[in-house]
Amino acid sequence: MRQIAFYGKGGIGKSTTSQNTLAQLAKKFGQKVMIVGCDPKADSTRLILNTKAQSTVLELAAKMGTVEDLELDDVLAKGFGDILCVESGGPEPGVGCAGRGIITSINFLEEEGAYEGLDFVSYDVLGDVVCGGFAMPIRENKAEEIYIVCSGEMMAMYAANNISRGILKYANSGKVRLGGLICNSRNTDREAELITELARRLNTQMIHFVPRDNVVQHAELRKMTVAQYYPEHAQAAEYEILAKKILENDMLTVPTPIEMDELEDLLMEYGVIEDERTAVNK
Amino acid sequence: MNTTEKTRIENQKLVDELLEVYPARTKKFRKKHFEIVDQEALESSKCSMKSNIKSRPGVMTTRGCAYAGSKGVVWGPIKDMIHISHGPVGCGQYSWGTRRNYANGVLGVNNFTAMQITSDFQEKDIVFGGDKKLEQLCREVKELFPLAKGISIQSECPVGLIGDDIEAVGKKMTKELEIPVIPIRCEGFRGVSQSLGHHIANDAIRDHVMGTRELAEAGPYDVAIIGDYNIGGDAWASRILLEEIGLRVIAQWSGDGSINELGITHQSKLNLVHCYRSMNYMATEMEEKYGIPWMEYNFFGPTKTIESLRAIAARFDESIQEKCEQVIAKYKPEMDKVIAKYKPKLAGKKVMLLVGGLRARHTIGAYEDLGMEIVSTGYEFAHKDDYEKTLKELKESTILYDDPAAFDLEYLAEKLQVDLMGAGVKEKYVYHKMGIPFRQMHSWDYSGPYHGFDGFAVFARDMDAAVNSPVWNLLKNPFIH
Repeated sequence: MRQIAFYGKGGIGKSTTSQNTLAQLAKKFGQKVMIVGCDPKADSTRLILNTKAQSTVLELAAKMGTVEDLELDDVLAKGFGDILCVESGGPEPGVGCAGRGIITSINFLEEEGAYEGLDFVSYDVLGDVVCGGFAMPIRENKAEEIYIVCSGEMMAMYAANNISRGILKYANSGKVRLGGLICNSRNTDREAELITELARRLNTQMIHFVPRDNVVQHAELRKMTVAQYYPEHAQAAEYEILAKKILENDMLTVPTPIEMDELEDLLMEYGVIEDERTAVNK
Repeated sequence: MNTTEKTRIENQKLVDELLEVYPARTKKFRKKHFEIVDQEALESSKCSMKSNIKSRPGVMTTRGCAYAGSKGVVWGPIKDMIHISHGPVGCGQYSWGTRRNYANGVLGVNNFTAMQITSDFQEKDIVFGGDKKLEQLCREVKELFPLAKGISIQSECPVGLIGDDIEAVGKKMTKELEIPVIPIRCEGFRGVSQSLGHHIANDAIRDHVMGTRELAEAGPYDVAIIGDYNIGGDAWASRILLEEIGLRVIAQWSGDGSINELGITHQSKLNLVHCYRSMNYMATEMEEKYGIPWMEYNFFGPTKTIESLRAIAARFDESIQEKCEQVIAKYKPEMDKVIAKYKPKLAGKKVMLLVGGLRARHTIGAYEDLGMEIVSTGYEFAHKDDYEKTLKELKESTILYDDPAAFDLEYLAEKLQVDLMGAGVKEKYVYHKMGIPFRQMHSWDYSGPYHGFDGFAVFARDMDAAVNSPVWNLLKNPFIH
C-alpha cells in the first residue's frame, strides 16, 4: 500500500486535481484507493461521491460523545471507481482546533484498520503546514509521498516552498519524501518552464503540467470528476497520464527548500515580477 | 578576620561546591541565583541576584504555573463565587482543596470554596472549541448554586492554545445570568512561574470588579487587607487587631473575601498590603486611579506586629494611636510569656526557608523573636524588589537563593546542619527522611493561624514541637553510617 498526500496553497485546486487523478487511478489502472479528506470544509470527496458533503468523523464523534463510540462503517462511503472516502471534518471557522481534529481522525482510521486491503491511501490536506496537526499526514508511518499542487503564481510557489520545508523537517526523522510538483495551470507566463525550474531547485520534478480546461468546472458543478462526466474529453486523458506517472513514480526525494530571496530572483528571471529598476524606469 | 566574615567565606565556598555538580552552562546560569549577603549588600540594599526568569530545564524547580497563581492564590479564596477550572479535569482536580484558605459561611449557600467545578475538556471540546460547553456550565452553576454571587473562568492551557473566546462567553453569561462572569486568561504556560498568574488575576479584578460597588457608609477609619489568604485563619487573626485599634476592615483580599468586598475597596482610606508579591498590582492600581495610599505590613511575630501596628496607626489620628498603644500594652505581656516559654528551647537553632514570594522574609522576625537564626532563605517566584526588601531582614553571611532545585536545598540543609527547614509539601517528607525537623510554610501544615499575636502563640508552639520532638532521637538514617 502506498500512502500519498496532496498539499498546496488554498484555492489552488488540490481537491479537484486529486479527485480527478485518483478517479483515473482507480478506473483505468484498477487501483484500490481511499481518500482521507483532512480539511475542516470537508470537500475532498464530493466529486467521487457525487454528493454535497459526506458526514465527517469529527461531526459524528461529537454527536456520539467520543470518537471511541464510532464505527468505521459510519464514516466510510464508496464512490466512483469504488473509491473509499472519508472526511475528517473539523470545527466551524474560528473556533476549536482543526489540527487536533486531523490527528484524532487519522488515529481513529488507523486503529480501526481502515487501511487494510488498499493500494493507495490519499490525504487531501488544507493549505499550508500551519501547525503540528496539519503536518500529521506527513509524519512517521503516514504519507510517504507528497505531491504539491501549484501554479506559476507567486504565492502558490511560495506555499510550495513552505510545504517543502515541512516535508524536510519530517524527512529527517521519517520516510516522507517529495514526489513532485503538479502544475495546475493558471495560464501565467512561461508557467511550465518556471515550475520545472522551481522543481529542480527543490530537488524534485514537475511530475505533470495539467492544462486549464473549463470541462473541469463543468464536471465539478455536477459534483463529478471529468473521468465520470466526460471520459472521452482530452482533459480526462491528462488526468490519466498524471495517474500513470504517480503510479510509476520512482523519483522520491528529500526536498531542498530555497530562501525567499532566491524565489523572488527566480520569479524575476522568468519575468513574473520585475525588479525595482525596471519598475521605476517604466 | 571576624567570625561573620569567616562564615561568609565558608558559605561562598559551600555554594561554589554545590554548583560544581552542574554542567558548565547550567552552572553559569544557576550561579546568578545565589547570593551570600555581605556588608556592601546590606548597606546598599542592592541585590545582584537574578530572579523571575525561566527555570533551567532539568533543574527540579518547586515553582507552579499561572493557573496556580490565579485560581489557587488570588481568586480561589473568594468564597461567594464559583471558580471554574476551564479545560481538562486534572488542573482543577489536583488543585482541589490544596490551599488552607479558611472561609466563614455555609457550604453551598454563601461559601463555595470547597467546590471543584471544571468543564472537563474532552477531545471533541479541543477540536470544536469549548465555548458552548462553558456557557452550558455557567447556566448549570447558576441552577445548582443560585446564591453564588459570581463566576470566575480560570483558563487552563488548552483554552489558550485553541483560542476559545472566553471573554465573549463572560459577557454573554454576565447578561444572561445577571451575575458577573469573569474570564481570566491564566493559561499555565504563560510566564515563568505562578507570579504572572497573580498579575493576570489582579488585572481581571481591575477590569471586571474594581470600583463596581458602593460602600453604604464610608468612614474615616476604613481599611482593606490586601494579600492575606487566611491560611489557617491568618486574616482573622490580623483583622481583630486592626479592629481593636479602632479601624474598620471593609474588605479582605482574598482570604474569606467576597466579590462585594473586591468591588467596594476603592472606597478604603488605606490599603494594607501583606503579600506584596501577589497583590501589589491592585494596590498600585487603586492608588493611581482613586488615590488610595497603601503600605506594607508584617504580622509575623510580636516585634514585627508591634512595629506594623504602630506604623498603621501613625497613618490615622491620635485616637487610633492611643488605642494602638493600649492594644500593644495588653498583648505584650502575653507575648513575653510565650517567648519566655519557648525561647530557651529554640534559641540558637538554625533555620532554612524556601517559600513563595513573601514569607521567606516576613517570617524572619517571628523566628528571631524566638532566638532562632535564619542561615539561608529564598523564594520560588519572587522578583528583584522582593530580594531587595529581603536584604533588610538578613544578617551578613546568610545564603540567599532564587528558584532553587531540590538538590540545592538538600545539599545546603545537610552542609549547614540546619535544625529546622521551612518550605512546602513537596519538600517536607524528604527532610523528614533526612532527620531534619520540617514545617510547611505555605499551609502551616495543619495548623495556624500564624499572623498577629494569637498566631504567634501557635507559631512558637509549632516550631518547638517540630524542632524538639523526641521522634528525631529515634530516627536513624540507614544511608549514613
